[in-house]
Amino acid sequence: METTLAAGKSSQFRQGVQAGVTIAIGYMPIALTFGLLAKTTGLTLAETIMMSAIVYAGASQYIALNLLTIGTGAFEIVLTTFILNIRHFLMSASLNEKAEPDVLWKKALYAFGITDETFSVAAMKEGTVNSPYMFGLGLTAYGSWVINSAIGYVVGASLPQSLQESMSVALYAMFIGLLVPALKKQRKTILLAGMAAVINSICTLFLHVSKGWSVVIATLVAAMIGQCFVKESEEAQNE
Amino acid sequence: MNSTIVWMIIGMGLVTYIPRMLPLVVFQHVKLPPFWQGVLKNVPYAALGALIVPGIFFIQDDIWFGVLGFVSALVAAWLGANVIIVVLISVAVLSVYALIW
Repeated sequence: METTLAAGKSSQFRQGVQAGVTIAIGYMPIALTFGLLAKTTGLTLAETIMMSAIVYAGASQYIALNLLTIGTGAFEIVLTTFILNIRHFLMSASLNEKAEPDVLWKKALYAFGITDETFSVAAMKEGTVNSPYMFGLGLTAYGSWVINSAIGYVVGASLPQSLQESMSVALYAMFIGLLVPALKKQRKTILLAGMAAVINSICTLFLHVSKGWSVVIATLVAAMIGQCFVKESEEAQNE
Repeated sequence: MNSTIVWMIIGMGLVTYIPRMLPLVVFQHVKLPPFWQGVLKNVPYAALGALIVPGIFFIQDDIWFGVLGFVSALVAAWLGANVIIVVLISVAVLSVYALIW
């Protein structure tokens, strides 16, 4: 009994690792460039690794470098980071609905690994997600982010220009690859994704809402409209 | 190491970690009203829509670069390719495009 349990856990972990490989590849060019930029900004290697290891949030790390360059104060950088990453609250709350209950320290630990990418992969997985799966997924993505940040700093170069450019599509392509199977299964998901895409475009391009808030607003509004107006057969499941 | 930078990094880490952690820990045994359960079930699809558009169209200055990446990923995924193949195909298509232009 114990061995089957252990085997089940390790295979969940392995499944998580496998699901994380795409993210690890997608993080590579971004992390390499981050390391490189951190060096030109004047951070030490230790500070660069620390930032990737402790903050672990791509967009806000880039913005922090930008703000440091123009001499913005530390408090303002922290505040900007908070606003940019508040969307993870929504993602974590959504993930909680499909996460198997577990001892809290495990959930608190794998919560550290929630990014746009790991959330998307976990959320699109069939059935529930448990802690071993989340650890496998999170560690693979995290490892790639931290190690490639360091490599970018030490080597002082990113990928060749043309590969760097074409690889900038990688994470977006991954999001599309995750979303499309769901679109084919249910008409409702097309409406949800479409509405959020339109709202996000309007907010960022025309209303100049900051990126952090824009994703939160678009996601929440689309998800609420979907809940209010789009009735689907799954209504019965909601008791 | 510059101690201001270190404190800034720790601060950035905290304000990033707390929103990631709170819902998973606090809501573990809280059963939300059905309306909010439904909203949270919709969140992944809506979030993916917002994470893809409009960002993908602006990955390079040349907007057609993003459009081509979008279309090739969409077609590959629609034809049933798994996620990693979708990524490889769109990177390959854009490499060819970058080579030609």
